[in-house]
Amino acid sequence: MEWSPIILTFQLAAVTTLILFFLATPIAYWLSVTTSRIKPVVETLVALPIVLPPTVLGFYLLIAFSPNSAAGQFLNNTFGIQLAFSFGGLVVASLIYSLPFMVQPIQSGFSNLSGSLIEASLTLGKSKFATLTKVLLPNIKPSILTGLVLTFAHTIGEFGVVLMIGGNIPDRTRVASIAIYNEVESLNYSAANSYAVFLLVVTFSVLLLVYSVNGGFLKKWMS
Amino acid sequence: MRLRLAKDLRGVSGILKINIDLEIEAGKLVTLYGESGVGKTSILRMISGLLQPDEGLIQVGDATWFDSSKKINSKPQKRDVGLVFQDYALFPNMTIRENLEFATDKDDPVIDELLSLMELEDLQDRKSDTLSGGQKQRVALARALVRKPKLLLLDEPLSALDRKMRAKLQEYILSVHRKFALTTILVSHETTEIFKLSDEVLVLKEGLITFRDTPAKLFSGNSLSGKFKFTGEVVNIEREGVVYIVSVLIGNDLVKVIADQTEVENLKAGDQVLVASKAFNPIIQKI
Repeated sequence: MEWSPIILTFQLAAVTTLILFFLATPIAYWLSVTTSRIKPVVETLVALPIVLPPTVLGFYLLIAFSPNSAAGQFLNNTFGIQLAFSFGGLVVASLIYSLPFMVQPIQSGFSNLSGSLIEASLTLGKSKFATLTKVLLPNIKPSILTGLVLTFAHTIGEFGVVLMIGGNIPDRTRVASIAIYNEVESLNYSAANSYAVFLLVVTFSVLLLVYSVNGGFLKKWMS
Repeated sequence: MRLRLAKDLRGVSGILKINIDLEIEAGKLVTLYGESGVGKTSILRMISGLLQPDEGLIQVGDATWFDSSKKINSKPQKRDVGLVFQDYALFPNMTIRENLEFATDKDDPVIDELLSLMELEDLQDRKSDTLSGGQKQRVALARALVRKPKLLLLDEPLSALDRKMRAKLQEYILSVHRKFALTTILVSHETTEIFKLSDEVLVLKEGLITFRDTPAKLFSGNSLSGKFKFTGEVVNIEREGVVYIVSVLIGNDLVKVIADQTEVENLKAGDQVLVASKAFNPIIQKI
């Protein structure tokens, strides 16, 4: 077993989770307060990656990223970025693919907060930004933790999207899930098994940690 | 303060047109009284800047907070107002002391003053979700006063509390109202509370002020000059031969009043009523 696919997997998951937190929080907040008519449309777009086969998303991203497409050409010519078959491409794809796993828990956290908390903070002289960072976010910590962990775990578990737009390039786009597939293809079952066991243990531990923290078990156990 | 507000609100039962124009003397405690859904809370929200009127003017002292003709609309943060929410709106992530500190600096002496005035010193390091309703209400009241507003708005502050707790909190409200020389607007539909607290009652019906006078005038009607009168709540109406026996809860006492058919026609359990006696002299005895 090589470590590079494992490291790559965690790098991808960490970068995706971090970026997505800052990207998803405003979307989640907007969705929780808006009465706009386009809300169902935005909610649908956000939720789409849950139901869509990853290959569909991967396929369209591949087309979009391709140097022959308008978007791909624009990125290549202006920024010198080529997203197809690169780590950057994997990150962009993961951001879209894991978006609902970050947005939905945070949105439901915001929705469950009483609207008067925001209003109380405003009448106490605080700006909207201070209200967000000091009142709203601290009061939805369990939702944020759920969002962070689900996104992280879901990105680790990506396969279809990664295969479509990242390919299988060692050290650059070959993440653990692809490595398993690769080893099985070459009938190297023991190597596939080591990757698989590793992923299984890590994801199990991460989820267990979240449910323990959110269920208050950890606090009980510590005290 | 001067208040002229017009706003069309879309509610479940159609459009509610709020249209009020009034002057409130500084230092008074005024109650907004009316059934639910007539716009009482919306008026408080417009005064505090959380809801924008379609048209109107809000002037408090020398400051203009809202003037649609001059396009003035100051933010809620800039308005010198303390608002106590019906659900208290305490921040669950903070201790009681932190809830108060949130609105000012950590070392502001007003925090200790308010904590001691509201008898919250022993609770100051607790989180709000460990407090009882009455304690939460005291915290909410203290927090609304941290920025030393001239105007205090109370949105049915005592509706979730039991009778005994309510009586105690009414004392707190009166004492801060006087101590800080506040102009206070209270939203309430609790008769005893209005009697005890307010200088004036404004009755709101479908967005309009339909009555404005002292509480005594409102609840007794002008025609009755009873010497001996109480307000209470009808608990039960029972038929006993040709008469009816109406049980009324006055304070903590259950009183039975005999009434005839015509008197009980408009009464049902839960109604607020006035019980008065004119012809007889009540007996007073020390107990």
